[in-house]
Amino acid sequence: MAEKFIDITLKIWRQKDAKSAGKMVDYPMKKVSTDSSFLEMLDLLNEDLVNKGEEPVAFDHDCREGICGMCSLFINGEAHGPDRGVTTCQLHMRMFKNGETITIEPFRANAFPLIKDLVTDRGSFDRIIQKGGFVSVNTSGNTQDANALPIPKVDADNAFDAATCIGCGACVATCKNASAMLFVSAKVSQLALLPQGKVEATERVLNMVHQMDMEGFGNCTNTGACEVECPKGISLDNIARMNREYLKASIIAE
Amino acid sequence: MSEYGITKSSVGRKILMALSGFFLLVFLLQHFAINMLSVISDDAFNTVSDFMGYNPLVQFALQPVLIFGVIFHLAMGMYLEFQNTKARNKKYAKNNGAANSSWMSRNMIITGVMVLLFLGLHFYDFWWHEITEKYLEGGAESFTGSGRDTTRYSHELQEKFVDIWRVIIYCLSFVFLSLHLLHGFQSAFQSVGFRHSKYTPLIKKLGTAYAIIIPAGFIFIALFHHFNH
Ligand code: HEM
Ligand code: SF4
Ligand code: FES
Repeated sequence: MAEKFIDITLKIWRQKDAKSAGKMVDYPMKKVSTDSSFLEMLDLLNEDLVNKGEEPVAFDHDCREGICGMCSLFINGEAHGPDRGVTTCQLHMRMFKNGETITIEPFRANAFPLIKDLVTDRGSFDRIIQKGGFVSVNTSGNTQDANALPIPKVDADNAFDAATCIGCGACVATCKNASAMLFVSAKVSQLALLPQGKVEATERVLNMVHQMDMEGFGNCTNTGACEVECPKGISLDNIARMNREYLKASIIAE
Repeated sequence: MSEYGITKSSVGRKILMALSGFFLLVFLLQHFAINMLSVISDDAFNTVSDFMGYNPLVQFALQPVLIFGVIFHLAMGMYLEFQNTKARNKKYAKNNGAANSSWMSRNMIITGVMVLLFLGLHFYDFWWHEITEKYLEGGAESFTGSGRDTTRYSHELQEKFVDIWRVIIYCLSFVFLSLHLLHGFQSAFQSVGFRHSKYTPLIKKLGTAYAIIIPAGFIFIALFHHFNH
């Protein structure tokens, strides 16, 4: 597709810090290349703002290649914007029309408190992982090679698919209940499917779900919005698997 | 691990919500089957209604379970909805929910509360009527049934459907129930963890069929009695 240039109006949530009241602010932009990524477009805006002596818009980003999960943004009413299977850093301006108004808001959920402008604290995800999103191994030096255990290909594939979750939080941001079920279920599944993960499976699912509830995420109502907006195509299969794991664990746990 | 039980976690409560939903789905099916009899044969409808109304097992074992099931479902539904609204205090200025989910899935509380309002009318019309008839005014003798009128049900039913406004409310309520079940049926399977590449597409089709055929059937019964009497 040939490069084109479009004029757009951005409506961006500006908020000085966690305590201040925020508001939407309009920023008209001229001649934006349709080849630029969404974050590059925001870079241009910030350069302008800095040159004018104004405060640049704070937003999260890191790898800019769709693997770290750091970039966020709720764009025109959708997590990571209107494209499918992409993070915001992979979203391109060719998805937008000349003259379009683009609304940009932070990921909103009580469990993701706002820090500044479009930046939120997704530490609640880390605290859930700390409750069991790992396999305890003895690092004495004679640890067995993971590949020494044969694993059926379907299980390996499903575990790998679940493991592609980058912890971006789009599932929470898009869910009408701000539920973290897709994320937590991916993290439970990737280990529940493998023999190495079975050892701690019972405590893992109970502890991680418990932490998820403590953090103030909502309950899943199976709307399926998370699966549609997830940049990694994490499937609702994982949520069903976690529900099963949870049911089993709550019956057998002491 | 006592702080983790089924009733104390989001996942556990959803499982209970789904179980109460399954129970209501089964109940609705038998309710539909009995109502359908009223279209086919007054006698058959009267016989079954009388049985349901006076059999001690139905009255004192199944009926309390049903009342509990309905109350549990709506109380838990409202509690979960309350928690869910609370999980995001600051709402989005622009949220394009239609881009990623169905209207039905996002508005279970609205369709549920509409069904609840209908249940108010329904209890007043039929259930409260039965209770006063049997337990409050009739006395013990009327319950044991000696000399009771076992043919009153079909014409009592027909009388309810004379009033056009009642028929309209009745039909509208079933449209809401249909919307509730278009999401609810398959959702309940997901909640209890039943999902399978072979069976889930089948469950979704079955759910759509149930959610359309059963409410449409109730609507048919109402219209049938309205226009035939
Ligand atoms: C009395 C009025 C009712 C109210 C207020 C109500 C409310 C709700 C709500 C809020 C939900 C979503 C809860 C969640 O997903 O966490 C729900 C789910 C459901 N409802 Fe109802 N409902 C009512 C009546 C009914 C009836 C009469 C039936 C069936 C005949 C029914 C069947 C279901 C099913 C199958 C689900 C899905 C459960 C799940 O997702 O796990 N509901 N209801
Ligand atoms: S499940 Fe998908 S949307 Fe949710 S955190 Fe993981 S990658 Fe992001
Ligand atoms: S910046 Fe790393 S995924 Fe977008």
